[in-house]
Amino acid sequence: MLIPAATAVLMVIQQAPAEGTDWDAEFGVETKQRDPVTGELPVDPYEQSNANAGAAPYDSAGLVRDFGGRDGIARIAGRTVDLAESDPRIAVIFESHDMVRLKRTLSEQFCYLLGAGCDYTGRDMRAAHDGMGVTKADMNALVENLQSAMREAGVPFAAQNRLLAKLAPMSRKIVER
Amino acid sequence: MTIISSCLLALCHAAAMSAGSAIPVTAPHIAYAPVLDEEPEQAPLSPTIPDDQAVASAIRALQPLGPTSALSDGEGGVRIGKIELFEGGKLLLTNGVATVEGSSGGGIARWGTIGGRQMPGGIGLSAHATAIELPDFSWRSYGVLLGVDDRLELSVSRADFDTRDVGTALGIGQGYTFNLDTFGAKLRLAGDLVYGESWLPQIAVGIEHKRSRDADLVRAIGAADDEGTDYTLSATKLLLARSVLVNATLRYTEANQLGLLGFGSAGEGYNLQFEGSLGYQLSRRAVIGAEYRTKPDILGLGEDDWLDLFAAYALTDHLTLTAAYVDLGSIATFPDQRGGFLSAQVAF
Repeated sequence: MLIPAATAVLMVIQQAPAEGTDWDAEFGVETKQRDPVTGELPVDPYEQSNANAGAAPYDSAGLVRDFGGRDGIARIAGRTVDLAESDPRIAVIFESHDMVRLKRTLSEQFCYLLGAGCDYTGRDMRAAHDGMGVTKADMNALVENLQSAMREAGVPFAAQNRLLAKLAPMSRKIVER
Repeated sequence: MTIISSCLLALCHAAAMSAGSAIPVTAPHIAYAPVLDEEPEQAPLSPTIPDDQAVASAIRALQPLGPTSALSDGEGGVRIGKIELFEGGKLLLTNGVATVEGSSGGGIARWGTIGGRQMPGGIGLSAHATAIELPDFSWRSYGVLLGVDDRLELSVSRADFDTRDVGTALGIGQGYTFNLDTFGAKLRLAGDLVYGESWLPQIAVGIEHKRSRDADLVRAIGAADDEGTDYTLSATKLLLARSVLVNATLRYTEANQLGLLGFGSAGEGYNLQFEGSLGYQLSRRAVIGAEYRTKPDILGLGEDDWLDLFAAYALTDHLTLTAAYVDLGSIATFPDQRGGFLSAQVAF
């Protein structure tokens, strides 16, 4: 009897915070602004190197042709990211992720690894996936999305596997749990 | 503030005491009802949104939890605590297909793969039925397999080997059927079939404990025992750059025709044997290949090595069909046992 009454009284006398409080400022939330040209969010500086792509590139004109050249590779990378983003198994991983940048760096990585003459400007695989808590099941889901994108683009299965062969050994730097 | 609050508390307390238990205390409703009912005087301030990520996070935070519960994550599997039951997640065909001994493998050779479609932290289940038709014999086998955490595989299977007309010729009766129970366990030690360094295969050790259900007959044929245990060491890798799957298994065994004809003989026991498989991936769903399995000839009946040419197709995520041409050589002195192998496997 006493406790609800006391609670009620305390609710009356409790001061509400001032309206219009800037909670981001109160809690020190920093807002990143997208680059007006590229549309990408800024990242902490890192050393750029093709070694960050995680594997040595192929040297095969036929393989590049199978993927539809640089344009085809860029489309496949973009499509993979779109499929992953709408895949209920792994969508949550990408929720707070800069998808504009991911599409560009993934495209560069595929292009570099397939020997289509791009430079990879992204971070290395460990840094890029740090703290994301990626599981092997997540990897499998992404592989399936990439396979779908390559299949839609008409890439022969053996050529699909050659790209996967470059990516598969990177799993130990990506899978965290 | 403190003074007021203690005053109010005292008042309430006094009121409550005087009112007694007959009249319910209405003070809480009086206290906060106006706050709830009050129309906001101005439109609520919309928080400053940093960017679209925040919007996505906010939308997600406001969404109802949906079917998610302690027992389900809404994706078909069942979850008990941290263990995913029948959630799946393996890439197609990477759980292998059932062997004649009920293990995960390629048909006649055991592989280093772990059956079931579970991922780390999960439990999977698979079941199979296999039929082999040979000129003089028929084989039927069926079994179930439990996969734990992509680490451990436990399997039970039964094989029925129908001697048809040969039964009469051997004097054991028309259509005499040998029966063999196999209890298998396999533990993945290292490596991964698909991921990791391309030079490091998935390596697994295992046992297959087999019990013939024709104890008197197999002893009469010359076998030393009606039960025995095989020990296996397997290494299996999918070489993606070539779309090729390679498997090598060492088997330490004393089984005669897998154990259908018992184990060992008066003069001979365990032998080290080899099982090799080569597969080529045509698509995510289809693989073709060949297997070779060496066999000991402990009973001196001219037991031959086995080989098969197989094609496996994953009709759905859960159903895989395997068809093969098998050459099982001489069985119980009846030579040239070549025929067809058909197997269906469902896996979760």
